[in-house]
Amino acid sequence: MTDAPRAPRPLPVIQGDVTRRALMKGAGAMLGAAAFARALQPLTEWAQDLSVDQFLQRHYREMSPDEMQAVLRRLEAQAKEDYGADVRIDDVRPQPGVQFAYALNLSVCVGCRRCAEACHEENNHDRPSGNSYIRVLEMTKGSMDMEQGRADYDGPVPRPDKFYMPVQCQQCDDAPCVKVCPVEATWKEQDGIVVVDYDWCIGCRYCEAACPYHARRFNWTKPQVPADEVNPDQAYLSNRIRPQGVVEKCTFCLHRTRRGRLPACLEACPTGARVFGNVLDPDSDIRWVLENKRVYVLKEELGTRPRFFYFFDK
Amino acid sequence: MTTRAESHLVSYPRFLARVLWLGTEGTPWFYAWMTLLTAAALVGLHAWATQVRDGMAVTGMTDHVSWGLYIANFTFAVGLAAGAVMMVIPAYLYRDEEMHDVVIVGELLAVAAITMCLLFVVADLGRPDRFWHMIPGLGRFHWPVSMLTWDVIVLNGYLLLNLHICGYLLYQRYLGRTPDPRWYVPFVFVSIFWAISIHTVTAFLYCGLGGRPFWNTALLAPRFLASAFVSGPAFLIVALRLIERFGGVHVGEGPRRTLLKILRVAVLVNLLMVGSEAFTAFYTGGAHAATARYLFFGLHGHDALVPWTWTAIACGVGSAVALHLPAVASRPRLLDLTCLAAFVGIWIEKGMGLIIPGFVPSTLHEVVEYAPTLIEWQVTAGVWAFGLLVFTAAVKVALPVLEPHAPGAAEGGHA
Repeated sequence: MTDAPRAPRPLPVIQGDVTRRALMKGAGAMLGAAAFARALQPLTEWAQDLSVDQFLQRHYREMSPDEMQAVLRRLEAQAKEDYGADVRIDDVRPQPGVQFAYALNLSVCVGCRRCAEACHEENNHDRPSGNSYIRVLEMTKGSMDMEQGRADYDGPVPRPDKFYMPVQCQQCDDAPCVKVCPVEATWKEQDGIVVVDYDWCIGCRYCEAACPYHARRFNWTKPQVPADEVNPDQAYLSNRIRPQGVVEKCTFCLHRTRRGRLPACLEACPTGARVFGNVLDPDSDIRWVLENKRVYVLKEELGTRPRFFYFFDK
Repeated sequence: MTTRAESHLVSYPRFLARVLWLGTEGTPWFYAWMTLLTAAALVGLHAWATQVRDGMAVTGMTDHVSWGLYIANFTFAVGLAAGAVMMVIPAYLYRDEEMHDVVIVGELLAVAAITMCLLFVVADLGRPDRFWHMIPGLGRFHWPVSMLTWDVIVLNGYLLLNLHICGYLLYQRYLGRTPDPRWYVPFVFVSIFWAISIHTVTAFLYCGLGGRPFWNTALLAPRFLASAFVSGPAFLIVALRLIERFGGVHVGEGPRRTLLKILRVAVLVNLLMVGSEAFTAFYTGGAHAATARYLFFGLHGHDALVPWTWTAIACGVGSAVALHLPAVASRPRLLDLTCLAAFVGIWIEKGMGLIIPGFVPSTLHEVVEYAPTLIEWQVTAGVWAFGLLVFTAAVKVALPVLEPHAPGAAEGGHA
C-alpha cells in the first residue's frame, strides 16, 4: 500500500498558560474583526444603494410580464432619483419576420464621426469619457490592414490618401461574446441583435476579451449624464442608463428599429453611407445592397458570421 | 451514527477548534509574520471595497486592455496550484517515502493557491454582488459552452479534493487512528489528473479566443503546464527549507533533490516553448508579430512591458543555467535564490507577460498601454498575503502531526 501504517500521532500538547494565551488570542481576534469591518467600510456605503429587489432580480428571460413591469417602473424611478430625468423604459421585443442587417459604403464615408456622436447621445453614454459604440478608423488607401489604420486621427476630413471605416458591433450569428459569457447575460435575439441584460451581467469582461471587433464597452464607473441630456425614450435591453460595473454594446438601437425607425447612427450620417433594414423584406434597401454590391465582412476567417457588411461603390 | 465513544458531531468541531488554536500558536517571529500578512490582507480588502464602491475606473484597465494585474495573478496562481502536484506524483506514483512524509505541504499549497485564484477572480468582477448568478440552479450557469464555467468547476473541484485529503488525514490523526487509504488514496489519484486539468482549462480560457492571435495557439496549455512545473517546485524547495528552519521539523534532503530534478527539466522545457513561440511570431512577421514586437521591443514608441519581459527572460535563462551548476545545487542559499529567480520569471511571463500583450495591439490594432494602479497593487498584495497566511497556518497545524521522523515534533514546533 502507498501509505504504510504508522503509529498514530496525537496533536501536540499545549503547554504554558493556556488561559492567558486564550485571552490574548481573543483580543487579537476582536481587533482583527474590528479592522476587518473598518476595511470593508466603502463596501457598506456602496451596498446602501442596493435594494433587495435589485439584488434578487431574475434573468430577463425568466421574468413574467408582471415582474418585468415592476422592474421597469423601479428603473424609471431610479433614473429620476439618480439623474433627475423623467424617462420611459419599455421592454421592446423583436418583431416576427424581421432579420436585421447593416451595410456601410466605404466609398462615401468621410470620417466625420457624426455617427459616433449620435450614438453617444442616443444611447445615454457616459459624458466625461465620450463613450460611443462606434469607432471610426482612418485607413490608408491601398491597404485593408487595420494595422495601417488609426482611430485617433484629427483635423479636417476626408484626407485625400485615406478612407474611413466605422466599426461597431457586427451582431455576429456565431458570436464569440455570447459563447464565453459564464452566466448567459448576453444572447442573440430572434431578429439577430445581440443584447446584454445589464442587470444580470457580473462584469467579468470575458466577452470584451472574446470580441474580435472591439464592440463591447465596460462601465468602469457609474455613467454621468446631465438631466437635460438624458434621452428619455429607453428600452430595458438597449439605451437605458447602465449600472456601474457591467458590459454594454451596440443594439442596432433596438428601441427605435423594432418600432420601425432607423438607427441613430444612420440618421446622423451626412453622406448616406449607411444602409439598414430587414433582409427578409425583398423591397428593402439592405436587400438591394446585399444582392447588387460586392459586400464583405470584417475578419471573415474567424467564422463569426457578422451581420454588418462593408462595400465600395467605385 | 457511530458506536464509538464520541460521535463525529462532537469530535469534528473539537478538531476544528484545535486546528484553529494550533494555527495561531507560535514564536514571536511567527506572530510578527502573521500580523504582517494580516495587515497586508486588510489593506488589500480596503482597496477592493473602494474599487467596488467607486467603480473599476480606479484600476488601470480600459476597454482596450480589459484584463490586468488580477487576471495575470490568477493565471499564475492556477499554475502554482497545479505545480504542487509535483510532490504528489513522486510520493504516490513512485512511492518516494521521504516525499510522502511531506507531501501534505504540496497539497496545502494547492489549497492556498486555489484560494488566491478565487479571490483574484472576485477582485476582477465588476459586480461581485451578482456572484450568485453563476451558481448552478440559482443562477444561469452557461455550461458547457463557456470555458469560464469549466474553470469554475475544475478550480472548486481541485480545492475540495485537496481540502478533503488534508482534512481527512489530519482528522484521523486527531482521533488517534491510522488513516484508511480507501478514504483518501483514490482522491489523491483523482487530484493528479485534476491538477493537469485546472491548468489546461485555464489555458483554454485564452487560447479559444480567435480574435486574440497572441493567445490563440495550441502551445498555450502545454506551456502553462511547463511553467507551472517551474513555479510550483521552485516555491516548494524554498518553502521546505523555511519550514525546516522555522518550524523545527526535520525535512530530509530527498524531497528537495527530487523537486530540483523536476525543476531542472521543467525550466528547460519552458524556455524551449517560449523560444518556439518567439520564433513563430518573428520569422512569420506581418500583423501577427505586432504583439511579439510590443512584448520584446515595444511598438510605435510604446514599451511599458519591455522591462518586464527582459527581467523575465533574464530570470528564466539565468535560473536555467544556475540550476544545472553543481556549485549552486550544493549551496542551499544560492539554490534558494535561483528558485526565487525562476519563480519571479514565471510570475512575469505567465502574468503580465501573457495577459497584457493579448490586448496590445487591440482587436482594431490600436496600441493602448496598461499600467496597474496603486489600488490594483494593494488588492494583489492583499490576496498574496492572505494566500501565504492560509499556507503558513495550515502547514503549522499539519506538519508536526504528520512528520514521523522528527523527535521534537510533538511539541508543536516551538523552535
